[in-house]
Amino acid sequence: MKHGFLDKYSDRDSLIHRLDPRTKLITSLLLITAVVLTPPDRWPAYTLYLVILAVLLILSRVPVFYVLKRSLVIMPFVLMIAIFIPFFKEGEVAGSYNIWLWQLSVSHSGLQVLVNILIKAWLSIISLILLTATTRLADLLKGLERLRMPKVIVMLMSFMYRYIFVLVDEAMRLKQARDSRSFGGKRLWRIRTLGNMIGSLFIRSYERGERVYAAMVARGFDGRSRTLNPLHFRPADAYFGLSLSLILVFSSVINLL
Amino acid sequence: MAEVITVEGLSFAYPDGQQALADVSLSIGQGESVAIIGPNGAGKSTLLLHLNGILRSNGAVRVLGRTVEDKSLRWVRSRVGLVFQDPDDQLFSPTVFDDVAFGPINMGYSENEVRQAVTRALDWVGMKGYELRSGHHLSLGEKKRVALATVLSMSPEILVLDEPTSNLDPGAKWSLISLLKGLPVTKVVVSHDLELVGALCHRVIVFDGGRVITDGAAGDILNDRRLLSAHGLAPKV
Repeated sequence: MKHGFLDKYSDRDSLIHRLDPRTKLITSLLLITAVVLTPPDRWPAYTLYLVILAVLLILSRVPVFYVLKRSLVIMPFVLMIAIFIPFFKEGEVAGSYNIWLWQLSVSHSGLQVLVNILIKAWLSIISLILLTATTRLADLLKGLERLRMPKVIVMLMSFMYRYIFVLVDEAMRLKQARDSRSFGGKRLWRIRTLGNMIGSLFIRSYERGERVYAAMVARGFDGRSRTLNPLHFRPADAYFGLSLSLILVFSSVINLL
Repeated sequence: MAEVITVEGLSFAYPDGQQALADVSLSIGQGESVAIIGPNGAGKSTLLLHLNGILRSNGAVRVLGRTVEDKSLRWVRSRVGLVFQDPDDQLFSPTVFDDVAFGPINMGYSENEVRQAVTRALDWVGMKGYELRSGHHLSLGEKKRVALATVLSMSPEILVLDEPTSNLDPGAKWSLISLLKGLPVTKVVVSHDLELVGALCHRVIVFDGGRVITDGAAGDILNDRRLLSAHGLAPKV
């Protein structure tokens, strides 16, 4: 079966693609930290972040439409958490509604916080999309490992990426097998079937885990993860990392004044 | 002929009480190509897992003269290369290179040796140039070849294969068989695929109910229709 790639466009070539994954990881983290720590009313700072991201996006030659489309993925999650803030935040009332027995009021400051959270989330997710779209996942994991991320977690992430497609395939096969024998039926019955499918998917993954472990052990795995280190910092990494950090420090100093 | 694998009185029961192997004895000589055939659930795969010490019981297995036990595990695993049936279990790394390099790195090779071993193994199975591809985007035939390379990169003396041709189309299957024929190592193959057995192996062990039923020349056993059908390997006569 055909699947999308998580790291689509990562095999292209550009200035950004050629950077060391560690440089990209650290600068992304810096940028996100700066975005998150910026006070809500500093519009020039947000504009600056957007310009930085736009420049990086153009340099990386990743299609803009792809990035924008993917960036929407985060919105439902953020909205689910943040949508209630305007109703609870105290402050000047922007609007008040009577619904049956309840009275709902929306505050100005609450709306501001909501908009700010959406902007922060959107800028952060764009920088992460930029990171994953310009770095092959294997390199990203190597970078994380070299940055002292615990090896167990790096291995978990690598297995997750490797087997998610295998699992999706298995789920699709289960679904096809069910659909080819299922002709409607009561809702309770269908829910029970779904429960059984989830259970059988769990057992299959568990057993696959055991087989994968056997295959690892058969090739000398003893619980310690060892890897070669093919990563090398180059002058471009230093220029890129330094200049981006300088811009971010500069903007936060201005913010504080 | 020097014996490379000796199994003496091997019995094994799974934790649920199911007796998978009962008093199995066999020996395999240097450079042989041996097939172990038998119906589903005969205990063939359990036997394979014993050959490089993933399952261990009562010290009944010896490899190149050394008993398989905790002390010798690392060495045994570098000598006996085990290729699993489902390549999706064998290829667990982000890239083909990482998968093929996994064994050599664990064996403590230097970086240069690892790169050489990977290049040589991929060359052997005809998958050169696939180093940076990721395992799950390969076709099944390619996956099987890379799975073979992940073991060949450790230069084992004994190659143990579980159903190497299952689910392959005939073209991919025959090209894999001719590849296996060209490898200058001792081979132990578990399979139901009697075409594969006939083409690759000169000796056949029939296995059923956790026991060795017969052990003989491939030509004799593959032509014995009554024996084959008695053990679920041919239609009932």
